[in-house]
Amino acid sequence: MNEKTMKASRKWQTIFFILLIIGMTLASSAITGFNIIHGIATLPKAGAWILSNLMITQESLERLPTILEKLLETILMSIAATTTGTAVAFFLSLMGSKTTGTKKVFGVFARFVASASRNIPVVAWALILLLSFGQNSVTGYLALFVGSVGFLTRAFIESIDEASQSAVEALRATGATYFQIVFKAVVPQCMPQMISWILFMIETNIRNATLVGILTGTGIGYTFDLYYKTLNYNAVALVTFSIILAVIVIELMSNYIRKVII
Amino acid sequence: MPLLQIKDLGKSYNSDAKVLQGLNFEVESGEFLSIIGPSGAGKSTLLRCINRMVEIDEGKVVFDGQEVGKLNKKELRKVRTNIGMIFQHYNLVPRLSVIENVLHGRFGYKTTIQGVLGRFTEAEKEHAFFLLKKLGIEEHAYKRCDQLSGGQQQRVGIARSLIQEPKIVLCDEPIASLDPNASKVIMDHLKSITQELGITCIVNLHQVEIAKSYSDRIIGLNKGGIVFDGPSYRLHRNHTDQIYGTQTQATPEIRELIMV
Ligand SMILES: Nc1ncnc2c1ncn2[C@@H]1O[C@H](COP(=O)(O)OP(=O)(O)O)[C@@H](O)[C@H]1O
Ligand SMILES: [Mg+2]
Repeated sequence: MNEKTMKASRKWQTIFFILLIIGMTLASSAITGFNIIHGIATLPKAGAWILSNLMITQESLERLPTILEKLLETILMSIAATTTGTAVAFFLSLMGSKTTGTKKVFGVFARFVASASRNIPVVAWALILLLSFGQNSVTGYLALFVGSVGFLTRAFIESIDEASQSAVEALRATGATYFQIVFKAVVPQCMPQMISWILFMIETNIRNATLVGILTGTGIGYTFDLYYKTLNYNAVALVTFSIILAVIVIELMSNYIRKVII
Repeated sequence: MPLLQIKDLGKSYNSDAKVLQGLNFEVESGEFLSIIGPSGAGKSTLLRCINRMVEIDEGKVVFDGQEVGKLNKKELRKVRTNIGMIFQHYNLVPRLSVIENVLHGRFGYKTTIQGVLGRFTEAEKEHAFFLLKKLGIEEHAYKRCDQLSGGQQQRVGIARSLIQEPKIVLCDEPIASLDPNASKVIMDHLKSITQELGITCIVNLHQVEIAKSYSDRIIGLNKGGIVFDGPSYRLHRNHTDQIYGTQTQATPEIRELIMV
């Protein structure tokens, strides 16, 4: 297959998925009576509200333990979604990479799963999963998990393809088995990039978790939603502030880890 | 019985042009054989047919009494443990240490789990150090391979192949990326593999002079066919002209007739 047809087919794939997303989103909006347009339209307003109410009062500070608990729950859920997603993505990327792929069918399967889960936004996944799992933490976790699998599979395939094919060839020539080659030639070479992608995924998931949480009624997103709906803007400010702080801390931490590894 | 027999070997990658065609030769145990030829002649492909890193299309390769093309996965692994391979670009895992890379040569003898967990016996580790010492890079044992010079990396590659305890070592342009000094060191080591350990060496080279001075025997390849096969001292200017196609486009057979 040449590059042109590949690009064209990828374009069609993307168009297909966009239509699918729109369809599913409309369908789920219709079924659950959830008006997404209205939801989005209120966000700038909420922003304005938060700006004008960005005062963390004594009273709202009393809610800090609850907020921190929810925040921790959200962070842990994001990490869990990332680590489990990593495990699945690792095997999918082995199938999907040219260097380590064994059968064409598996490769196609892996790349299909990757693009299907990646090209559908996490929020859409949350909406889709809401239908089958209802409003609970499993839904939130699954939405993040599916998104992580898609993104990480794609990123890992690239890392593995980039890692030199040459050591793989050498180990194959010594009579090494498939998994000896994977763990002793491929993984050591891809490790820094892979860890970097995993850290990036954790950051992204923590950010996404808030949004997903609002939709699925779990974690810090739910807390945010609750205070917002009960007009407790001081508490909303505190929630927002703690999310921002958490994201910054996680980002600093992962930057540090990246520096140490590479 | 010769260690290696190549019978009517043919190979093509994409059904179009034949990369190798009708190759016949035998290699005895303990021989030092060079394969020379212009780039694209099929030297690398020929080596890779021997340990079946590429599939054999026509004819057969018999190594140590076994037909390589007919082996199943497990048997192929077993045969590969007896065949060392050395590459132009060393093909080490750059982020791992020298000693780890050398021990990679033992994977063929281990179960997947042993290999993945890196379980090596004391004897294997001692053997690895012994080889590094012999190759003069013992002091670099714990350095990462990407911190070594090209010549040193190639010596790690040699150690990795020798720890397999192979019967034959296939070298694909082992000195093509090295300066003359490092090249000499590597060629001397390869020569001593054959002389001291009795291990057969097949070396793809593009420097005719080096091939002549190191090998017992030379095979000249051109466009996937053998145009010279004989002791190195018998390789003359007219042969190299023929191998490298520096004079005419005529087919080998016709040229041979002209020369006689
Ligand atoms: N993996 C491959 N797929 C397709 N064609 C190949 C492949 N490897 C080599 N070739 C082709 O086979 C021919 C011989 O290549 P090679 O064996 O590498 O020759 P040499 O090592 O003598 O330079 C070349 O024309 C090359 O383009
Ligand atoms: Mg070559």
